[in-house]
Amino acid sequence: MTDVLQQVDLAGDADAMAPRQRGLARRYPMVMLGALLFAIVLLITLAAPWLATHDPQEIDPIARLRAPSAEHLLGTDALGRDVWSRTIFGGRISLMVGLVVGLLASVLGLAIGLISGYSRIADAIVMRVMDGLMSIPAILLAIALMSVSRASILTVIAAITVVEIPRVVRLVRSVVLTLREQTYVEAAIIAGTRPARIVFKHILPNTLAPLIVQTTYICAAAMLVESILSFLGAGTPPEVPSWGNIMAEGRTLFQIAPWLILSPGLLLGATVLAVNLVGDGLRGMLDPRIARRM
Amino acid sequence: MYGYVARRILATLPVLGIVAVVVFAILHLSPGDPAALIAGDQATPQQIAEVRNKLGLDRPLYQQFAVWLSSLASGDLGVSIFSNQPVTRLLAQRMEPTISLTITTTIVMVLLAVPIGVIAAWRADTWIDHAVMSLAVLGFSLPIFVVAYLLIYGLAMTWDVFPVQGYTPLREGIGAWANHLVLPSLTLGLSFMALIARITRASMLEVLSQDYIRTARSKGLGPRQLLIDHALANAAVPIVTIIGVGVALLLGGVVVTESVFAIPGIGRLVVDAILTRDYPVIQGVLLIFSGVYVLLNLMIDLLYVVLDPRIRY
Repeated sequence: MTDVLQQVDLAGDADAMAPRQRGLARRYPMVMLGALLFAIVLLITLAAPWLATHDPQEIDPIARLRAPSAEHLLGTDALGRDVWSRTIFGGRISLMVGLVVGLLASVLGLAIGLISGYSRIADAIVMRVMDGLMSIPAILLAIALMSVSRASILTVIAAITVVEIPRVVRLVRSVVLTLREQTYVEAAIIAGTRPARIVFKHILPNTLAPLIVQTTYICAAAMLVESILSFLGAGTPPEVPSWGNIMAEGRTLFQIAPWLILSPGLLLGATVLAVNLVGDGLRGMLDPRIARRM
Repeated sequence: MYGYVARRILATLPVLGIVAVVVFAILHLSPGDPAALIAGDQATPQQIAEVRNKLGLDRPLYQQFAVWLSSLASGDLGVSIFSNQPVTRLLAQRMEPTISLTITTTIVMVLLAVPIGVIAAWRADTWIDHAVMSLAVLGFSLPIFVVAYLLIYGLAMTWDVFPVQGYTPLREGIGAWANHLVLPSLTLGLSFMALIARITRASMLEVLSQDYIRTARSKGLGPRQLLIDHALANAAVPIVTIIGVGVALLLGGVVVTESVFAIPGIGRLVVDAILTRDYPVIQGVLLIFSGVYVLLNLMIDLLYVVLDPRIRY
C-alpha cells in the first residue's frame, strides 16, 4: 500500500501529492494500519525462502521441542523442525485460502445474487436454498462438507466457498432489489434496454462497493475457518505446513511447548485483524454515517 | 397478532424442511464416494460394495431420501456406523455438557456485553469507548482455539486458577461444575461478546442522538434512568436480533471449544464422527444444531412484539 503511494508520488508532482497522502493516513488511520499490517504479513510469507533459517520440512531428532532461541527463533516442534520457518511458509497457505475463497465466493455470489434479484422465479428457489445453507452454523457446514471429500487444499477452498456464498447472495440480492425500483432503472426499461445490459451497465456497478467490503470480511472468515478445520483434523492434509496444521500438531504438547500454537496462532490473529480493519475502514469510507457509529 | 404468531411458526416448517434436504444433499450428492471413504484406503471393491449395501447407498437417491425422511419424522436419526448405537441416544448422552456450556456462555456474555456496549456509547470517543471497540475487533480476529490456549496459558497453567480440561456434571456439585465451565465459556463467548457489544454501542448511539433523549436529559433525568429506561428500551430490537444471529457463532464454536477443553459434549461427538466418517452422527448433529438455531430465531422474532409495542402484525 505504501509502495503504491510512493510510486504515485514519484510519478506526479511531489508537492501537490504530499497533503493528500497525509490526508489519507489521517482520515482513515485504521485502513492504513490494517493495510500496512497485511502488507507486512504478505511480504514475510512471500519472502519466506529468504527469511527462513531452516528448511521447513527438515527433521532434526536431536533438537526436539527446543524453546525459542537465537538458533530457532520460535523454537522447534516434536520432530525438531524449525517453527519460525514453518510458520512463515505456512502463512502462504492461509493467505492463499483467504484470498481465493474471498474472490471465488464474491464472484459466484455476485452472479447468483444478480440472477436471483432480477428473476422472480429463480429468486424463489435460490433464496430457499440459501436460507437452508445459512441455517447451518458456518463451521459445522464446512466440517460436514470436508467429511465427504478427501482432504486437500482445493476441497478446503471449495468447502469454505460454499459456506460463504449465501452471505454474498443475500447482500447482492438486497442491493439489486432496491436498485430495481430506482427511476433510472425504470427509465432504462421503458427505453427498451435489454435486461442483460441493464444488469451489467446499471445494476452491477452499484453492487460493487458493498461487495468489496463483504469480500474483505469473507477473506478474514475464510482464514479463520481454514485454521479451525485443520486444527480439528478436517482441513488441509497434515503434511502441508498450514497455520492450522502446525497448531494441530502442537495440541497435545501445549503444556510443554506452548510456542507451537501461540506463534502461528498470534500471526494468524494479526493477519485476520489486519483484514478486518481494512474491511471496517472501507465500509466507513463508503458510508461515513456507519463509520461514526461502528 | 395471534394470526401473525401462527403464520410465523408455520413459516419455520419449510425452512426446517430445506435444512433437512440440504443436510441430506451434502452427504449424498458430494463427489466423494461415502462407501469408499468409510471402508478405508485398503478396502477391496467387494468390501466397498458391502458397505454401500449396508447403508442403503445402492438404492436410488429419492428412495434413500424418503426412507431417511420418514424415519426422521418418527424421531429416528439412524444408527452410528462406528459405535452401532442409535444417534438419538448418543446425542442424549452428550447433551448436558453442551447445553450447560452454551446457556451459561450466552447468559454471562449478554450480561457483560450489553452494559459494556451501553457504557461505550454513553462515553463515546473517550478512551473507554476506544478500548472497548479495539477489544471487539480483536475478539473477532483471534481464532477461537488460540483464545482458548491463551486463557489456559494465563489462567490455568501460570496462575493455576481454573482446571485446564474436563467437565464435571451438574449433579456432582454446582461449584465444580461452574469451575470447569469458566475457561470454556470465556473462550466460546469472546467473539459472541464482541459482536453484541459492538451492536449495542451502535444501536445506543443511534437512539441517544434522538430528540426525546435530549428532552429527557434537559428535564434532569439521571444517567441510569436515561440510559436504561429511555435509551436501552428503544435500542433493544437490533441487540436482541444480533444475539439470535450470534448463536450460530456459539454453536459453531462449541465444536472447537469442547475439543480443546476435552468436554464430552455434542461438539466433541461430531469431531470424533468426522475422523471416523460416521455420517449418521454428522447428519444428526447438523440437524439438531440447525434446528436449535432456526427455533431460537423464531422465538426472537416473536419477542419483538414484547420488546417494541409499536411492532404490530
